[in-house]
Amino acid sequence: MIARLVAGLGLLAVGGAATGPSLRPPPAGMITGKVTYTGTPPKAKTIDMSKEPNCVTQHPTPVMTQDAVTGPANSVRYVVVYISAGDQGAAAATDTVHYDQKGCLYIPHVAAMQVHQPLEIFNDDPHSHNIHPLARVNAEWNKSQPKGAPPIRTSWDQAEFIPVKCNVHPWMHGYFVVLATPHSAVTDSTGEFNLTGLPPGKYTVTAWHERFGTQSQEVTVGGSETKTANFVLTARPY
Amino acid sequence: MRPQTRWMSLVSACGVALLLGSVSPAPAQETHVGSLTGHATAGKQLYVRYCAGCHGDEGDAQGENAQWIDPKPRDFTMATFKCRSTPSGSLPTDDDLFNSVTRGFVTTNMPPWVALTPQNRVDVVSYIKTFSSRWRTAQPRAPMTIPSEPAPTIQGILHGRELYQRMECWKCHGGAGHGDGPSAKTLTDNKDDPIRPYDFQTGSRFMCGTTNQDLYRIFMTGLDGSPMPSFADQLKPAEAWDLVHFLRTLQPLKTPEAAIWRSWFTTHGHELKAIGPGGGGGGGR
Repeated sequence: MIARLVAGLGLLAVGGAATGPSLRPPPAGMITGKVTYTGTPPKAKTIDMSKEPNCVTQHPTPVMTQDAVTGPANSVRYVVVYISAGDQGAAAATDTVHYDQKGCLYIPHVAAMQVHQPLEIFNDDPHSHNIHPLARVNAEWNKSQPKGAPPIRTSWDQAEFIPVKCNVHPWMHGYFVVLATPHSAVTDSTGEFNLTGLPPGKYTVTAWHERFGTQSQEVTVGGSETKTANFVLTARPY
Repeated sequence: MRPQTRWMSLVSACGVALLLGSVSPAPAQETHVGSLTGHATAGKQLYVRYCAGCHGDEGDAQGENAQWIDPKPRDFTMATFKCRSTPSGSLPTDDDLFNSVTRGFVTTNMPPWVALTPQNRVDVVSYIKTFSSRWRTAQPRAPMTIPSEPAPTIQGILHGRELYQRMECWKCHGGAGHGDGPSAKTLTDNKDDPIRPYDFQTGSRFMCGTTNQDLYRIFMTGLDGSPMPSFADQLKPAEAWDLVHFLRTLQPLKTPEAAIWRSWFTTHGHELKAIGPGGGGGGGR
């Protein structure tokens, strides 16, 4: 018992020293990868914005639905990849996540953030939106944000995948993905992601897509190495 | 009864009382309205008899009548309520829930439950609060304060009309308040069920009350779970009152606001631009 206590204190001391400003930071690894699909993805549809002429004029080319955006070599965009297990007391994310309403679209379509991380919602359109996060675990709210209104500053208390909609413009759909971890990324148009700043350890990495579901895999990161974790999600038509 | 038997029955009665105490709802589910205290255990009996048919035994809006009802009954497991005095995203107060049960919801299947005694209603409210854990983990935020209502003036009404245009109330409620704005037909609630915006021209009671104060509260707090958002961050109290006074002119009712409006409109109506895309101006403002 005493031996364990001493060992524990020793670990605490080491941990404390490792965070000291005078020492080098601990090695940080990275998990990188690409998300692709197999199967048949739904065909993107053209969004009819004719009810909001302000938005029609903002888009010289037709705007397509964003709930299943695929690219070259079967890549999938807007997949949230995150550490679902294995976090080692990582520091909370403090940077502010920006979410914009522009051209009657949510930009980005999917925003990943940590529990309690500051979130700012902007309306850059010359007309009103109502922003309505359909939270179930967190509290659902619905606020009007007219043209020129200041950003709505908020955060979420609990991890949840929250669909967001605008009731005035029914084609507007997005997601707030609120996670327990600060380590997350949303895939870009090539389906690629990077999870950085990972101390050595064994992690469960999960990929989530609003239509193609969820997939996880174990990845062990040692030292400052970069590991690859690719995901193949199963796509289904509408 | 022999003394020994009496003693044993007393002990067993205490045991039952202790057991009941251990399963009775946490104090968070106690409800206070005025001098009345509601108790979920008492409310359950009433709920099963009067409410479960629509709202379901589990409070999940899956009662046997629910499939025939439109709008659908409230799902208490979501702890999201339309009629609140608290900000959007907050739980309602006990008074809010009590008032909803008492008032019922006009144009829905929810009747006013005035046939139940006030104590019954407080008990039912207490039981409703057992269906979601939010009642144990969160507190209702402070109710919105509503400053005293200024007397309606034509300047205020015209300003309210401008706000109706600028806040884009017309996109759902329509230029003349008919509930026929361009977005009206596509509105859905938080369960994706279609829902209609209020039609001012029916002159019917509002979902959450009848008074000007109720109207003020409705658009400032929003009706959570529905498409009606909160305007509390967008409108100052004086503006909100102006909007209230304008909204009253959209109803075919004999209100002071409507009288002021009619008298002004007969001589100045031609100056106004219809509310809608690019409209809403005029009237010397």
